[in-house]
Amino acid sequence: MDTLTALLVVVGALAALLGSFGLLRLKSFFQRVHAPTLGATLGTWGFALATAVQISFEHSQLYLHALLIAVFIALTAPITTLFLMRAAVFRARMRGEKILVPGADEPPRPE
Amino acid sequence: MSPLLSWALAFALGCLALAMMLALARMILGPRAEDRVLAFDCLYLNVMLVILALGLIYRSSSYFEAALLIALFGFVGSTAMSKFLLRGEIIE
Repeated sequence: MDTLTALLVVVGALAALLGSFGLLRLKSFFQRVHAPTLGATLGTWGFALATAVQISFEHSQLYLHALLIAVFIALTAPITTLFLMRAAVFRARMRGEKILVPGADEPPRPE
Repeated sequence: MSPLLSWALAFALGCLALAMMLALARMILGPRAEDRVLAFDCLYLNVMLVILALGLIYRSSSYFEAALLIALFGFVGSTAMSKFLLRGEIIE
């Protein structure tokens, strides 16, 4: 069981590291918004599942409290990201940059 | 705890420390306020993962509650900052 826990922990930590690395490396803000999602999903699920597995096998009873964190983050991370994208679009338009509205400003696709 | 698991947890803590440093770097040199809020979001997620890893290391279940609280208050803080950037006031 320690092997499964170790695997989950390493996968989660690598996902969080990759997300933060993308946060630093990508060029524009609208690319960067998507990087921390990696740590928020795979990282959190990896650590929560590792905690659930480890404590369940140590106490030999089912312990699923840890999954509460993963569910909570999965529910709240999109809300934060959505507000942040809206704020970024709003501020970019206030600065006078032109940000296209999908569907309204794009040329219609050839059917 | 087997040596494999303790090494894996040490490796995970190292990775998360590096991730926190990268998020902090983006927070410092982010060109605009949105970048800083995004970096803060990433940073508190990494801190929450560190606390979960510490709970695995010390075999204590009270770390889990601390991680849950950090997730909750980090979400509230990020959302409030985003709303502030969007409107200039939080409570309308």
